[in-house]
Amino acid sequence: MNVVVCVKQIPDPAQPGQLDPGSKTLKREGKLILDDSDAYGVEMALLLAEKAGGGEVTLVSMAPNGETSGLRTALAMGAAKAILVSDDSLAGTDALGTAKVLAAAIKRAEPDLIVAATESTDGYTGTLPVQVAEILGLPSVTFAKSVDVADGKVKVNRQTEAGYDEVECPLPALITVTAGVVEPRYPSFKGIMAARSKPVEQLTVADLGLSADQVGAAGARQEVVDVTAAEERKAGEVITDEGDAHERVVAFLDQLKLI
Amino acid sequence: MDFDLTEEDAAFQQVVREFARKEIAPRAEQWDQEARLPVEVVHQMGDLGLFGLVLPPEWGGSGASFTAFCLAVEEIGWADQSVGITLSAGVGLGAVPIYRFGDDAQRSAWLPDLATGRALAAFGLTEPDGGSDAGALRTRVREGPDGWVLDGAKAFITNSGTPITSVITVTARHAHGGVSAFLVPAGTPGLQVEPAYRKLGWHASDTHGLVLADCAIPRDNMLGQEGSGYRNFLATLDDGRISIAALALGCARACLDAASDYARTRNAFGGPIGRFQAVAFSLADMATALEAARGLVMRAAWLKDHQRPYKQAAAMAKLYATETAVSATRAATQIFGGAGFLEENPVARFYRDAKVLEIGEGTSEVQRLVIAKGLDLPVSP
Repeated sequence: MNVVVCVKQIPDPAQPGQLDPGSKTLKREGKLILDDSDAYGVEMALLLAEKAGGGEVTLVSMAPNGETSGLRTALAMGAAKAILVSDDSLAGTDALGTAKVLAAAIKRAEPDLIVAATESTDGYTGTLPVQVAEILGLPSVTFAKSVDVADGKVKVNRQTEAGYDEVECPLPALITVTAGVVEPRYPSFKGIMAARSKPVEQLTVADLGLSADQVGAAGARQEVVDVTAAEERKAGEVITDEGDAHERVVAFLDQLKLI
Repeated sequence: MDFDLTEEDAAFQQVVREFARKEIAPRAEQWDQEARLPVEVVHQMGDLGLFGLVLPPEWGGSGASFTAFCLAVEEIGWADQSVGITLSAGVGLGAVPIYRFGDDAQRSAWLPDLATGRALAAFGLTEPDGGSDAGALRTRVREGPDGWVLDGAKAFITNSGTPITSVITVTARHAHGGVSAFLVPAGTPGLQVEPAYRKLGWHASDTHGLVLADCAIPRDNMLGQEGSGYRNFLATLDDGRISIAALALGCARACLDAASDYARTRNAFGGPIGRFQAVAFSLADMATALEAARGLVMRAAWLKDHQRPYKQAAAMAKLYATETAVSATRAATQIFGGAGFLEENPVARFYRDAKVLEIGEGTSEVQRLVIAKGLDLPVSP
């Protein structure tokens, strides 16, 4: 079974990020790392391919300046190869434009299954995976907390607020996996060395048969109008036990939809 | 001249750092309290390739440089010195001598499990009456009806009594005076592993005395040429000194990180204590010594990787890095004050763990002796 994982290379969240004052989006120059939330998708894809007893895992990514640092991490975990779309005309691309680009790149790999995170750690739109599925005309199942593939179908336990739904759909399909769905493996030294020589196919917008006006700032239908700082965290609420504290704690957590 | 790590070594360093931070650091205090070697973590480190790093792929290893191994030891040691010494000794004293001095039958018998962290091997050199006088070997070997028979005692043998210890290399003297090394499989009748020592530090590392009484092993279990035991273990110790020095870097860096954080966040007399020169300069000295030690360690590893002479460099790295680690633990606990004296604070554990760095695999005095001899001085022990 061939699996494509959409992976994003992002600025290291441990470093203070900077916004571009013009586009009001995160500056993404310099070294990028594999988005932590994508490590779960890579691990899930590797496990599914291993279980299927054949096929390979291909990474698909879009990044500025031909950046491959994050891809190398996922290749070191065990992915076989990567397709990277990098093109100056992609600057300012919005989520839908990105979906068009990734969908075109994914098509080349002819996957049985596409895996993505529910959302990226730098942009958080959470809209990209279903857009990709829609463009490719494939079914999509989001928020998978467990995944099983058998008999040409993917069976997913889909996280909901109250519990989970058991959902299945025919392959090929796209799924998004939640953080913690599996424990991502650490790349071994052998894996890191092997990743050096794994193929990373670098493509331009033209290679994908897309025109420059479909992508980048020119093709974007979405614009960041304004950015404001997050509100300071407010002081917490103290619940004093007068015999009913447990009920009030439960009610509080319920109101936050944490239980 | 190039001070950058290779791209792969740098990537690997990040992975081990992440592993140490997530899988080891949160549980180090518990293992220390329980005085238990976490075998499950040895397996995890095996999966990561740490135990086979410097071994070639045909024996289950990764063929990495000694420098990469030192980076790994530092990162693990940053989280837990006990787990760090388990790695350092498991590779340097356990697996590598079998690879370097063993024949293919011995290698294939032991290395695959050692390279993957499924088993640990130990090196029995030091004796209760020996210590730094390692040549004064009293363990005897004689020919028996089916092979060799060993009699004697060994002291302070790391990894010799773990649940996954597979084999112990033991040095012994022949009646003709020569010294050879022998592979004694765990569980061999006549090999008695004494109860674990109660130590000042390294509580989660496994250390025992051994008694060999009429301990019979097959003829094929001699490791290396007959009479080459003394020369071989000296070579083994040179490597071990660099990796103990790398372990010391981890200790000193952990203290610098913890004490710097504390100096930025702990308030006294109306602000963070890091604004007092008494604290800030202590940290500045710690950072400088750590950087100097790192230079010595990385250079010694580089010399070894480039097949240059490194005996002096290894001795200097071990001497300076371990004394730096001991000073760093003392300074860090002082910055923490009373909080640094509590076992819940990692610097207290590092304080206890550091002292042995100046002792194991050649004391500071032995390192000075090696260095002085390199200056062509007529110095004697």
